[in-house]
Amino acid sequence: MSAPQTLSVRNLSIMFGGVHAVEDVSFDVNPGEVLAIIGPNGAGKSTIFNLISRLYEPSNGSIRYGDADLLALSPHQIVATGIARTFQNIELFEQTTVLQNLLIGRHRHMSANVFTNFAFLPGVRKSELEHRRKVEDIIDLLEIAQYRDERIADLSYGARKNVELARALCAEPSLLLLDEPASGLNTEETDDVGFWLEDIKHDLGVTLVMIEHDMNLVGQVADRVLAINEGKVLACGTPDEIRDNKAVQAAYLGVSQ
Amino acid sequence: MQILFKTRYEDDIGFLVKTGEKVRVGMVLAFLFAAPLFLQTYYLSELSLLLVYAIAGIGLMILTGYTGQVSFGHAAFLGIGAYCHAILISHGVPFTVSVVATMILCGLVGMALGRSASKMHGFYLAIATLAFLILVETLLGEWVSMTNGYAGFAVPGMKILGASLGKAWQQYYVNLFFILLVIVGAANLFRSPTGRAFLAVRDSELSARSLGVNVEWVKIQSFGVSAAITGLAGVLLAHQLSYLSPEVFGVLESLKLMLMIVVGGLGSILGAVFGAILISVLPIVISFLKDVLPPAVGQQPGLEPLLFGVIIVLFIVLEPLGIYGRWMKIRYFFETFPYYRKSSFVRQKSYLKTERLR
Ligand SMILES: Nc1ncnc2c1ncn2[C@@H]1O[C@H](COP(=O)(O)OP(=O)(O)O)[C@@H](O)[C@H]1O
Ligand SMILES: [Mg+2]
Repeated sequence: MSAPQTLSVRNLSIMFGGVHAVEDVSFDVNPGEVLAIIGPNGAGKSTIFNLISRLYEPSNGSIRYGDADLLALSPHQIVATGIARTFQNIELFEQTTVLQNLLIGRHRHMSANVFTNFAFLPGVRKSELEHRRKVEDIIDLLEIAQYRDERIADLSYGARKNVELARALCAEPSLLLLDEPASGLNTEETDDVGFWLEDIKHDLGVTLVMIEHDMNLVGQVADRVLAINEGKVLACGTPDEIRDNKAVQAAYLGVSQ
Repeated sequence: MQILFKTRYEDDIGFLVKTGEKVRVGMVLAFLFAAPLFLQTYYLSELSLLLVYAIAGIGLMILTGYTGQVSFGHAAFLGIGAYCHAILISHGVPFTVSVVATMILCGLVGMALGRSASKMHGFYLAIATLAFLILVETLLGEWVSMTNGYAGFAVPGMKILGASLGKAWQQYYVNLFFILLVIVGAANLFRSPTGRAFLAVRDSELSARSLGVNVEWVKIQSFGVSAAITGLAGVLLAHQLSYLSPEVFGVLESLKLMLMIVVGGLGSILGAVFGAILISVLPIVISFLKDVLPPAVGQQPGLEPLLFGVIIVLFIVLEPLGIYGRWMKIRYFFETFPYYRKSSFVRQKSYLKTERLR
């Protein structure tokens, strides 16, 4: 696992058809911390993730992870800097098995040569077995062994969420971006996610940025909270500070200040 | 019911881990190797042709079934393969050299097509590949100095390492050798990173990208591999036909390849083989029907394409997973007997129930 770096986002902006989805957003994520991003629907939270993943082109601003200037990279080069992510509307490889999904998660660590792969040379076999071992560690961590050979299309929503998290971990990231990891889960499943996030933070030493609405979960795992509204940063601070922040309350509850 | 206890990760990588699979494959192989002993020349040639179409089907399956890129232009690679090989060997190039050179040429042309197609999706890709096919067909017809145009091109007899292999059973074994090679190679591809990247692109380009898969490059590669294998089928087809003519490699041939993999079952190598079997057996069944049906019906000119169409529509409506899907269900029925439940293959939508109300 590569050493965690500082993610620094500066003056980030993007417009969609005249609407500022993200406007002049700046924040840092320090190595080893858990940052939660909160805000009402349509605030621009997922868009920030998509900008970091290079799926969208910002109109302004910079994103750096350690020494790497992310805006100079293509989307498929981002994971090589140590950044992995999940999606709000689960993006798994539906028609393949859980195991295959997780092995694709290890793609950045594998060399894909058509000719050696076609012949399945001994070196390819050896590497497959090594990667399989790494995948099994993650399967144990997230307790998804019973789904290993299931197709994604046959899994329940909660299981899919776990598998997507597992797949991101298979990339051995130093920074993990989680887009609403507990949305759609029942309270039990949400508790599990809370425990796993603690494990990922402490045992694997991964820096976490998570978009989350569940304030209990945020209070449980986040070190700092970034509140966003209408594409702009409202406030940034500890979970308690944010909870007491008048502007945040207003954005969420529509209370006039 | 056989329960397989996997004790090593190797069990998931290996082929034919279950005893039943070993037996089935062994029986099929025994049949294929012994076929020339008991099949009449006519049926042996049909079987030979079936193997060629199965190779072409696997080629297209890699692109469409495994990478999700539709191509209505694959007959072009069949044509390029057949003509390139026929021209090379008629200039005295040895068979083995010609096969390799032809596959490389088809692979490169495929990659070039893939490069221009890598930014297109669905409908546009279908049109682009169709345009490519028409371009190639025209080229084969008009480049008279090379291809002898619409007058046709006589393919020299097959000669490998000095030995003349013109007889039906000899060509049959050559085809058998190549299809086994292609099946094993394709299966290898999909148990290693290259093939998995293909699957990733098929199912979600978005998350493939975020996991480090270079989506454009994967599409180019997939087009290349697919075209090279289809080109190989073209090589063998040239010997099977022994006379080439540009219109053989037209839109209808492309549609035939596409229908083959759809009816066979997208996303499985076996599906391509099943599709080839259906496409080969159907005309025989239809010509048999012609004889038994009353002449008023049997001699209708449009009967063959009609029945062909009806069968394909029935498959798409009743068994969208194709013959392969049906086969999986039958096999599952026996393997889990008496515990089989029909619902095993019904897509679960249960996750909808746990979705939290907003
Ligand atoms: N690809 C897109 N095209 C147009 N508008 C978009 C796109 N992605 C996001 N938006 C808009 O940007 C705003 C922020 O969206 P999003 O980041 O998804 O919000 P959320 O904070 O709920 O994750 C919304 O108004 C949304 O409609
Ligand atoms: Mg969102």
